Amino acid sequence: MDKKYQTIIGMETHAELKTLSKMFCGCKNDPFHAEKPNIYTCPVCLGLPGALPVANKKAIEWTVKLGLALGCKINSFSKFDRKHYFYPDLPKGYQISQYDLPFCYDGKVETSFGPVGITRVHLEEDTGKLIHQKVNGRNVSLIDFNRSSVPLVEVVTEPEIYSSAQAKEYAKKLRQIIRYLDISDCDMEKGGMRLEANISLMKEGETKLPKYKVELKNINSFRFLEKGIEYEIERQKEILEKGLTPDQETRGYNAEKNITYTQRSKEEAADYRYFPDPDLPPIRFNNSWLNEIKSSVPEPLETVFIRWEKDFKINKQLSELLFETADEAKKLEEVFSNLSKSKLPVDKFVNLVVHKKITIDLFKQSVEEIISIYKKSVAVDDISDEELKKIIDKIIRANPQAVRDLKAGKTQSINFLVGQVMREAKKKIEFQRLKGLIISMLKMS
Amino acid sequence: MDLLGLTIKDVLEKLKTGVFSCRELTEKCFVNIKKNDKKINAFLTLNEEQALKKANEYDELIKNDKEIFDKKPLLGIPIALKDLYTTKNLRTTAGSKIIGDYYPPFDATVTKKLINAGAIIIGKTNQDAWGHGSSGENTDYEPTRNPYDLSRVPGGSSSGSGAAVAYGAALVGTGTDTGSSIRLPAGFCNLIGLKPTYGRVSRYGIIAMASSFDTIGHMTKTVYDNAKVLEVTAGLDPYDSTTVPIKIDQYTKILGQNIKGLKIGLPKEYFVKGLDNKVNNSIKDSLKILEKLGATVKEVSLPHTYYAMAAYYILVPSEVSSNLSRYDGIRYGGAREIFGAEAKRRIMLGSYTLSSGYYDAYYLKAAKVRTLIKQDFEKAFKEVDVLVTPISPTLPFKIGEKTDDPLQMYLSDICLCPVNLAGIPGLSVPSGFVDGLPVGMQIIGPQFSEELLYKVAYLFEQETQYYKIRPQFKNG
Repeated sequence: MDKKYQTIIGMETHAELKTLSKMFCGCKNDPFHAEKPNIYTCPVCLGLPGALPVANKKAIEWTVKLGLALGCKINSFSKFDRKHYFYPDLPKGYQISQYDLPFCYDGKVETSFGPVGITRVHLEEDTGKLIHQKVNGRNVSLIDFNRSSVPLVEVVTEPEIYSSAQAKEYAKKLRQIIRYLDISDCDMEKGGMRLEANISLMKEGETKLPKYKVELKNINSFRFLEKGIEYEIERQKEILEKGLTPDQETRGYNAEKNITYTQRSKEEAADYRYFPDPDLPPIRFNNSWLNEIKSSVPEPLETVFIRWEKDFKINKQLSELLFETADEAKKLEEVFSNLSKSKLPVDKFVNLVVHKKITIDLFKQSVEEIISIYKKSVAVDDISDEELKKIIDKIIRANPQAVRDLKAGKTQSINFLVGQVMREAKKKIEFQRLKGLIISMLKMS
Repeated sequence: MDLLGLTIKDVLEKLKTGVFSCRELTEKCFVNIKKNDKKINAFLTLNEEQALKKANEYDELIKNDKEIFDKKPLLGIPIALKDLYTTKNLRTTAGSKIIGDYYPPFDATVTKKLINAGAIIIGKTNQDAWGHGSSGENTDYEPTRNPYDLSRVPGGSSSGSGAAVAYGAALVGTGTDTGSSIRLPAGFCNLIGLKPTYGRVSRYGIIAMASSFDTIGHMTKTVYDNAKVLEVTAGLDPYDSTTVPIKIDQYTKILGQNIKGLKIGLPKEYFVKGLDNKVNNSIKDSLKILEKLGATVKEVSLPHTYYAMAAYYILVPSEVSSNLSRYDGIRYGGAREIFGAEAKRRIMLGSYTLSSGYYDAYYLKAAKVRTLIKQDFEKAFKEVDVLVTPISPTLPFKIGEKTDDPLQMYLSDICLCPVNLAGIPGLSVPSGFVDGLPVGMQIIGPQFSEELLYKVAYLFEQETQYYKIRPQFKNG
């Protein structure tokens, strides 16, 4: 892109928390695995007359936990507000959300392009799900309330993302952090994590933010986020080049055509008539509660990566493949320390795990069990050089072509020969030893 | 025996000693209803079959279990529930045709508590739709009439519950009080009506009018009866986060204790122009009786009273507009255009006061006034123990008299709404009769002072016994 315009992006990301029960009632929070529609419902999440919400304490704690992990400040006095709009999947006619006093504010997420400021992290309830289908030959819209009132955390950034690549990196990083805290599965395909980007272009040299922004909504993959933003940048640039201003609107992304399209224009902009929900008393965080939450926040992900690199010589790319949650990282680190103490190579262990040469279960197996699995996988059987040489001799004779290839410089042939020897010996033998023996025997002959 | 003139206290005694059975009492209620309710319109739905079934069941229990009256303190007591009370599989309309065919799949917490205590639900009572009104005339059905004078209103919005207890169709009528809706019908129907402290009784399952104002109370003939019911309904509810874990007093136990040295305050802002002289005189006579019982009376000031109605009519419609959003025409039969005029008025007012650009000037400002009103009361209660005011500035008015002038209608609650703004309890107590019509007196106390209110009212009631004056269906 030419230097004439600076892309300005702010992001809003929703993630469904995986608490056992819903945000404001005791119903099971498991919309993606429900056998049938509307089985996890009650008067509260159906919004029946007279039903009242009671806030899920765990969801509040997890939201604060996420805020702390993002370096946010915490509002010691916070509240829930009602956000009004009519939609068939919103049974009360309002969504319980947070308006002017979110639980967390003012944090940041580091990206390789620079830090992205986090404006706020707040908690709200998800809506039901509309399903449009044919029933008895008629087109009908059905509502599934299994998802209604599932806790939904929203993370809003400052307009401090300057490219599609940075947006993608930010979103991936945020998902990694949320998963690390083990508070959401962030399943993007099912809608467990949803991305929105507010995109506008600023003329180079301007200092004020553009007067318009285009909201790109309901994107369910990182790649689509990147593509959608790229399309938007080009589209907006074209409009600006004509001396016009792009409409302030909400657009969707069509992955098949790789285009964005108008969903809702500004004329329909809603007034949500926010006001404090009188059914839910304000929330005050006293020091002991806040400290309790603080102590549940694990060591920052980045410092885990740095320490492992230093202590165990495992680079970040490998580490990222090894675990998602803090609990997994903790258990892994125990394994690493034990390996280290026993003078066993941690990097070799990691290699085997990453390449799925060994399968371990961090939670069902003890550290000792895991280490013994590793030891078994690398253990070699006892066999004398004499015996081995006899077998090698036999294999060399039986595979003249492979021997010729090897001598001609086809180094992969050695792998084949080693394999043949091991199969014949019916034993596990150290690769380097076998390779050395084969080569020295071939030289002799 | 005149079963219809009995109190809960009488009935429990008679059931215990076998003077009559639950079945007899319940049947008597329905005979009375069938004879008189065409004139009164107190009920929207009757629960006859279920009620009689329960009565039989309880008669068996009485025979077999000596301790049943300890386990079920309201055993066999016929009760009429306002139609905002959610009742499982029993039609619940809120007085509106929007949900005219709604059969809830669950019971309100208070419904459940009353059932568990042995009360027998006679039926669901008429009311101003959604609780919006002071006369009962805002019902989407036929307006309820005052049993003491059928040409007059019984007070609202819990109009049917008030009338039902007054004419002996039930011994308890439950209500909700957002601005006046229990105390006004109690005042107009010669009953004891309690608006409890906000948070004392669970709102779960009570169809919401204005959530930060709604309180869940009841009307009875006597103070003892009223206290007895509150012992059942009060308390923390895990389904309502605005209820509080404050101890529930044994309200009936202190009745009869003297009130010597009780300091009564008369808020001067409540005794001004617009107050009917005859009503004023009735209250003054009642105060003399209270003085005779050992109380002292002095004037106090609640300086922000002037702003109370304005604040109330901004905050309440704001919450109303929000709470009525769920009746969106998709899941309940009625579409939004069949909301009555008063509901539409409040939805429009509330939507306006909450809109961006107006929120600060209206909602936020009114919320600040609310705090000042609350502080007025707190200051007054540093000087006096309770406050006494009239229930209504006028006698029960004629049906149709105020329907064309919503502002006049709103002003019938002028002595009552400030109490809801402050979240404190108020008790409506009969103050005698003027021109054959009941006059009500309000006793207001600090938060969670229901015990004190009952104590004062009980002695006054023992002295006056106005509850014995039964309605004659005048002008029928």
